[in-house]
Amino acid sequence: MSDNQLRLVWIYPDLLSTYGDQGNALVVERRARQRGLDVARLDVRSDQPIPTSGDIYLIGGGEDRPQRLAAERLRRDGGLHRAVGNGAIVFSVCAGYQILGHEFINDLGQREPGLGLLDVVSTRGEGERCVGDVLGDIDARLGLPQLTGFENHQGVTHLGPTARPFAQVRLGKGNGTGDGTEGAYNDTVFGTYMHGPVLARNPLIADLLLKLALDVNALPPIDDRWYEALRNERISAAQQPA
Amino acid sequence: MAGNSDPLTPRAKLAVTAGKAVAAASRAAGRGSGSVIGGRVALKLDPDLLARLAQNLDVTLVSATNGKTTTTRLIAEALGAAGEVVSNALGANMPAGITSALAGGSDAKFGVIEVDEKYLAGVARDTDPKCIALLNLSRDQLDRAAETRMLAENWREGLSGSKAVVVANADDPLVVWAASSSPNVIWVAAGQMWKDDAWSCPSCGGVMQRPGDDWFCGECGFRRPTPSWALSGDHVLDPHGSAWPIHLQLPGRANKANAASSAAVAAVFGVPPQVALERMYRVQAVAGRYDVVQFMQRDLRLLLAKNPAGWLETFSLIDPPPTPVILSVNARGADGTDTSWLWDVDYTRLTGHPIFVVGDRKLDLAVRLEVAGQHFQVCDNLDQAVQQAPPGRIEVIANYTAFQDLRRRVGN
Repeated sequence: MSDNQLRLVWIYPDLLSTYGDQGNALVVERRARQRGLDVARLDVRSDQPIPTSGDIYLIGGGEDRPQRLAAERLRRDGGLHRAVGNGAIVFSVCAGYQILGHEFINDLGQREPGLGLLDVVSTRGEGERCVGDVLGDIDARLGLPQLTGFENHQGVTHLGPTARPFAQVRLGKGNGTGDGTEGAYNDTVFGTYMHGPVLARNPLIADLLLKLALDVNALPPIDDRWYEALRNERISAAQQPA
Repeated sequence: MAGNSDPLTPRAKLAVTAGKAVAAASRAAGRGSGSVIGGRVALKLDPDLLARLAQNLDVTLVSATNGKTTTTRLIAEALGAAGEVVSNALGANMPAGITSALAGGSDAKFGVIEVDEKYLAGVARDTDPKCIALLNLSRDQLDRAAETRMLAENWREGLSGSKAVVVANADDPLVVWAASSSPNVIWVAAGQMWKDDAWSCPSCGGVMQRPGDDWFCGECGFRRPTPSWALSGDHVLDPHGSAWPIHLQLPGRANKANAASSAAVAAVFGVPPQVALERMYRVQAVAGRYDVVQFMQRDLRLLLAKNPAGWLETFSLIDPPPTPVILSVNARGADGTDTSWLWDVDYTRLTGHPIFVVGDRKLDLAVRLEVAGQHFQVCDNLDQAVQQAPPGRIEVIANYTAFQDLRRRVGN
């Protein structure tokens, strides 16, 4: 952070932004500006170096081949590791979430090394694709209201000992391992399978990322009436019998 | 005048008759036009029916993420100069609906068929077309359709054995990649506003360089082909370099691009660009789109936009601020139930327009607009939105089923 400016980095939108992930960046930026912060958003294309001085890094979802290409380039680049070493906060979705783990299954059916920034391993789910509404309880330590979102993935993610589950699902598959967990996180790195985009449906997660990046306990409140209305409607809709 | 002179086999005739009876029953019961269900019954009775019906027609297939219905209509108008045309003008674009449409055209010379992107390869195999028009490929409904690149791959494989002349958009890397397996391609520089699905080279995954109107892969050399036809402002440039003015009643750049591609297709069948373009001028509205209707004593222009590329084009053709805008978004099956695509649409382009929001997913739109920093009003329904709108012709932009709801409400 410099001079009240928050540096927001969006990693490889040319490869990983198929599911409206730009929305996560837009929500974080908007909520930061509403608190009087100046925000510099940098979209890093996959042929450009990852800056190491960002405050919050976002990496989104996408198709299988671009996921492999993104993993290859990020491993070669090394910038994200250095940024995390500098205390940066990382928030990842779906394909991005898998990349942050130790390994995942790529488009060629092989085990592809990830970045090892989150203690998870992803494999290919054998059953039906996980598609549909998700409702869950986020880890109580984070002090967040219920998780609402939409999942759409074939992958399944297993957590190792140093990754905490982000949420426990009441509706939907989440990580897909059958233990009811959704996503994973440690002190500074978060991963989830939720779309929506997830931060548009759960704006207080965006606020959490801002608090962590700014190292503050609270942010001035803003008018969240439309977010609230949407959340209520979506939660209600998810609870209707199919 | 050539037509379906070979008699259909008894089985095929039975299939056609049964299909028509079912379609008529469906219409009588108030369930749509009956074209899809009639076609399904017909295909069940005779699976080769589509191929048989197509046998005596010069068939053109049209596929794309956006612009299929409009371009099919434009081509059908143009080819009307050279013979009778049968077409699935109502937009039923999967095999059953296509079969139904062709079954109604026993005296036609030309078949101009809109085909859903997922079904193009199969329909091309069944109908042995003379011409295939490929307009664009971009992200559409993520929870229903195959991923965009997989679609391009599917086209590429499916078309590699085809004898058809492929008329393809040189400005869309995914389309170029799909078309380049065909031996017989006519490249049209139709332009491309939405570039976000092709920053990654479809051939090798390298990063695409896109200086100005050109594009090429920095890593493998896959590049924009030299077009023989081009949209240039308000003109179509033909292979001889002649510039033909485009006069359309349909608004916007994308429709000029559709007209350019249509002129290239028409030329394949011997209809010269000047004649083709003159006939295209007759098209005022396509399946309700672009229609200006009167509702509650106001003028409303109905615009359909189904995905980010379509919304981008639509914003560029609406009247300038302070023209009021009504946005309506649903997320039913046919629309795709994931509304994440809203976040790939740049709503800051609506700055200065009074905005009214309706539809099943108006709250998703409300959050989207809020984050875009726009002022807006959420309304219960179209009537309320129209009532609140300040004076002026109202631009109404809606996605697929929301558009159908709208047309029903205004009686269009």
